[in-house]
Amino acid sequence: MSDQTVSIKTLKIDGRDVSARADETILAVAQQNGIDIPTLCHLDGLTPVGACRLCLVEIAGSNKLLPACVTTVREGMEVFTESEKLNRYRKMILELLFSERNHICAVCVSNGHCDLQDLAVRLGVDFIRYPYLHPVEKVDASHDRFVQDDNRCVLCGRCVRVCGELEGAHTWDFMGRGVQTRVITDLDTPWGESDSCTRCGKCVHVCPTGALIEKGRSVAEMAKRRQFLPYLTLMRQEDQQ
Amino acid sequence: MKKTTMATIWLDGCSGCHMSFLDIDERILELAQRLEITYSPLVDTKSYPDHVDVAVIEGAVSTDEDIIKLKKIRSKTGLIVALGDCAVTGNVPSMRNNFQVGDVLDRAYVENAARQPGRPHEMLPSLLEKVKPVHDYVKVDVHVPGCPPPADAIYYVLSEILEGRNPDPIQMTRFGR
Repeated sequence: MSDQTVSIKTLKIDGRDVSARADETILAVAQQNGIDIPTLCHLDGLTPVGACRLCLVEIAGSNKLLPACVTTVREGMEVFTESEKLNRYRKMILELLFSERNHICAVCVSNGHCDLQDLAVRLGVDFIRYPYLHPVEKVDASHDRFVQDDNRCVLCGRCVRVCGELEGAHTWDFMGRGVQTRVITDLDTPWGESDSCTRCGKCVHVCPTGALIEKGRSVAEMAKRRQFLPYLTLMRQEDQQ
Repeated sequence: MKKTTMATIWLDGCSGCHMSFLDIDERILELAQRLEITYSPLVDTKSYPDHVDVAVIEGAVSTDEDIIKLKKIRSKTGLIVALGDCAVTGNVPSMRNNFQVGDVLDRAYVENAARQPGRPHEMLPSLLEKVKPVHDYVKVDVHVPGCPPPADAIYYVLSEILEGRNPDPIQMTRFGR
């Protein structure tokens, strides 16, 4: 930070008085104070993008719901992280994600190790009220180590960010718009033919579901290992200082 | 005291949910004091009774016959429980939704048939274009996800219903469990 004076803001989250640096997000401050806001696209160490909208919070005086991961604190702000309205929207978001692709948990390699599944339990989603789209999706097993299964993708963009921001390869990106959006490698060439992929596997391990997996894993075997992420982020921050 | 009557239904599923129900072990004796199973693959009744208090449905909706059964069950039943991922989400049976029905039949009855290959054309209900969850056709009162839902979750759900309460089993099971 170039500015030596650190500006401190005070605000209320769920009725609790908290203080924060002016450049901190509501999500970060809530986490520091043990207030657990549900998230999906967010992962500590990656740039927040506000893609999934699960971390929406209510702010007194505003009729808009704001994503906590990309909203910075303001002096005197009153934030509410739980309400009937928020829970209704969060459930709706999850149900839309489940209905958009083919999430067959029972036969998924990530069964039992899946952020989407955990969120369904946490938010009390016990059925999906929207019609399932049952899209025909691609499974790309051309890479010798990894598999991309679009049936399970929630378009959180964690793979895109970790590859660009931490690995510096930018193999992954988005293609298409809206419900047609897909994550692709290079210029939509098969992953196994990608010139830019360094085969590091970071994308696989930040992926919240079974969309990016290691080859050879069977049902419920694909636990993700994310310990590397805070360490790499810390090292990078130290380099920058 | 009059016993609560219960039906269990087996649509497009593997019967694993019925197995998990039996896995409540000796607690079934306790339930049997207050519950009477009047229609089920586990008992001998051939036709659905005129009134059933609780129907527990395993399996997804895959055929024209499934729809007819469901409509009849809904009109003659108090409370409907969708038991397990197939009933709740479509689950594994719905994986055929990415293919044409004809191709699915050919795969099973022609390509992989050792003898007399040919699509079945009589005596069998016809497959619907898409496999769907039970709630797409009739109102479902309680959803119990899981593949199968653990015996404890099933016991909890039935016990709560017998107590006249509305069960919320999501903390005891989940999709894919």
